[in-house]
Amino acid sequence: MSAILADSGVTFSGVGKYLTTGSNWWGIDGLLVHIRDHVIYAAIIVLAAALIALPVGLIVGHTGRGVVAVVGVANALRAVPTLGLIVLLYVWLAPKIPVNHGNVLFLHRGGVPTFIAVVIVLILLAVPPILTNTYAGIQAVDPAVRDAARGMGMRGSQVLRRVELPCALPLIISGLRNATLQVIATLTVAAYVPGLGGLGRYIADGAEQAPAQGDPPMLSAAILVALLAVVVDGLLNLVQRLVVSPGVSGRYSSKHTSQPGVTTAPLVEAQLTVA
Amino acid sequence: MGGFWHYLFNHPGEEVWSWTKTTLWLGALPVVIGLLIALPIGWLAHRYRWTYPPIVSVAGIIYTIPSLVLFLVLPGILGTGILDPVNVAVALTIYTVALLVRVVSDGLSAVSPETMAAATAMGFSGWQRLVKVQLPLAVPVIGAGLRVAAVSNVSLISVASVVGVTQLGQLFKDSLLQVTLARQVDPAVLGILLFFVIAFAFDLVILLAIRLLTPWQRAVRS
Amino acid sequence: MIRFENVGKAYEDGTLAVDDLSLEAPSGQITVFVGPSGCGKTTSLRMINRMIDPTHGRIWLDDRDTASINPSQLRRGIGYVIQHAGLFPHRTVLDNVATVPMLLGTDRRTARANALELLERVGLPATFAKRYPAQLSGGQQQRVGVARALAADPPVMLMDEPFSAVDPVVREQLQNEFLRLQSELGKTIAFVTHDIDEAIKLGDKVAVMRVGGKLAQFAAPAELLSRPADAFVAGFVGRDRGYRALGFAAAGSLPLSDEAAVTLGQTLRAARDVAQDGWALVVDADAKPQGWLALGGLADSALEGTVTPDLLNLGGTLATEAGTLREALDAALSSPSGRGVVVRDDGRFAGTITAAQVLGRIESRAADIRADTVQAANLGGQA
Repeated sequence: MSAILADSGVTFSGVGKYLTTGSNWWGIDGLLVHIRDHVIYAAIIVLAAALIALPVGLIVGHTGRGVVAVVGVANALRAVPTLGLIVLLYVWLAPKIPVNHGNVLFLHRGGVPTFIAVVIVLILLAVPPILTNTYAGIQAVDPAVRDAARGMGMRGSQVLRRVELPCALPLIISGLRNATLQVIATLTVAAYVPGLGGLGRYIADGAEQAPAQGDPPMLSAAILVALLAVVVDGLLNLVQRLVVSPGVSGRYSSKHTSQPGVTTAPLVEAQLTVA
Repeated sequence: MGGFWHYLFNHPGEEVWSWTKTTLWLGALPVVIGLLIALPIGWLAHRYRWTYPPIVSVAGIIYTIPSLVLFLVLPGILGTGILDPVNVAVALTIYTVALLVRVVSDGLSAVSPETMAAATAMGFSGWQRLVKVQLPLAVPVIGAGLRVAAVSNVSLISVASVVGVTQLGQLFKDSLLQVTLARQVDPAVLGILLFFVIAFAFDLVILLAIRLLTPWQRAVRS
Repeated sequence: MIRFENVGKAYEDGTLAVDDLSLEAPSGQITVFVGPSGCGKTTSLRMINRMIDPTHGRIWLDDRDTASINPSQLRRGIGYVIQHAGLFPHRTVLDNVATVPMLLGTDRRTARANALELLERVGLPATFAKRYPAQLSGGQQQRVGVARALAADPPVMLMDEPFSAVDPVVREQLQNEFLRLQSELGKTIAFVTHDIDEAIKLGDKVAVMRVGGKLAQFAAPAELLSRPADAFVAGFVGRDRGYRALGFAAAGSLPLSDEAAVTLGQTLRAARDVAQDGWALVVDADAKPQGWLALGGLADSALEGTVTPDLLNLGGTLATEAGTLREALDAALSSPSGRGVVVRDDGRFAGTITAAQVLGRIESRAADIRADTVQAANLGGQA
């Protein structure tokens, strides 16, 4: 294997060296700053997408109206070539926004049009998994449970908040997890457009300068992105364990169980697109 | 739109056509190979239930790897050049397998036990039962997963142009880099349109295949 | 009291789910809606708490028109039990039961304390309180469902096939406990089932409905069996009507015969001394019948042992003095000795009765009824 690696000119030892050199981590252009930016971008995008997708998904799931539209929109958005749309939006926006605005918060000089383009497109990317999982989760709630809730005198909003939402949480959170993973992954691609920070910066710059070399900063960033994805997913998994009722997840202490726990895994859980 | 057509006709059409061909095979091949690999693994996870959690977990972890990372790391593992489209094909195949394994397993498990028992009672052997009863009945579920895999694969292909593998994603590069172009947006618009058309074409082909393989579903619908 | 006044439910395509239904479900009693699928029984039930709104007529709860009450308010005052219980999977058993009181503004602590009492009342141990519904069997879930419906102590309860998803043994258990509970609580209950036997067993009044949402007959179970209104009801009520009707005929004072019984632990010789036709009745220390002991053909040498439970024939059923003619006949028919065992209310042995004696009682009762009917018909003719 190492022979193959050496042949192709890609040296993982170079990566090890790069990652263990302290000066590569610190400073205004270090790995830490890029990781921070990556996380900030991802958080902004996922939060915005959730603000759009959650209410729509909840209402569509609760009323059963607009399902066809939701599925259609989600499928269409899935087919969008993300990179292309970012480029298009950037090229269209850049001339309209003065570049000499200096640094704004976590954005680099000239980064505003890129940031806007990337945020808009990645929101479009993050909406489908959250939206479809939310409505599918609500729709999958046992009709008998919904019927009982209404029959006991809960109003529509109470049924949604107190019964449907808690029962649908596993699917909703899994939608959020998928969206987050996609956003983290696609942010690396988005750095192809100039002016965006994050770990993708290394990859885009490296690819531009010496694509055949597979230089250490580029590979290091690639590995860090994968690690970041795994860590964030792990954290969200933890959140899921904390907020989902044991009665729904089946995570109750099994010594009391007189019947095997009922799992509510849907067939095609929308764990679907990657970037 | 004038500038758009102007771009299309002035750009070497042959180049766009060859990019389209690359995009088409990069879209189609991984889905086919991925399905062929996912079927036995999915069957394994269905048949021997203890293998289900580890298989699905590994698939999930593979899914968290950003495609760009895979495009960059695969040459080191495969011994291919970094510009080799084979890297892209292999990466997309891996994603397809990761997505379909669970779908195949769940689809096979979703066939009702009564139907399976009836098939056994009528004298189907284990293999016949799988091929003639279980797989056909799992087609709608597997097909749904396949559609998602195909469509998202197509939009992933464009990413490969970042690392320099030439296909239609090159049009986005053009938009960004050819500052001399009168209307910079034109290549990007063309690229998005072509990717959309290809994605929907794949979707349509799979949809038609599902329809053909599941005549009973149409009978119910009408 | 629940009163249906010319109630109808028509769907947009013109089909009638319920057609001009008028009946009164009396307070403190169980009214069962029964019929084949598609007869509108569930629709009728769901119109009471406005889960479905009628297109014609009115439904009254005592003197209030349900259409004038806000649906959510209305439902909070009506207990609701459905087929698969519909427990909230994300809440513990205790919180499921406490749902409606908390909706009504009771504080959590009080609601939970009451819920715990209710669990006990429906026969679930307090250890179940912290479990989740998925940890319970179907029968246990249904008990929780009943407790949940009772939590706010509503005067009216609606039950939609509550016992049909559990196996026959558990179903019978749940039915018996339900009847016991109702005898303590005296709720006004509307109950839907497709099972005519369940309807006859549980109902104080039974509404038989036919496809198209029409009421075929509304009567007490005994009348349903003895006087079905038409061929549909007769067919639906089914075979063995005459025999099953005995289940509603009080046995009255039966001519019981004395029978000397042996107590567990006495010698087999003592048993042989009291045996008639080769069979001796065995009771325990409290004089509760335990079974029959066969002594015919036993040699003297075999009589040295004592009477132990494993020697007993357990085939006979027991009838109670306050019971029905059906119980008495069954006790006589099922007894290996041919002598049916009758016990007092406290379970102690009262005496035996033969099938011939029960049949004699049945004959004389039937003659009385025939005479009454003729007289009633004559009176009707004169008026």
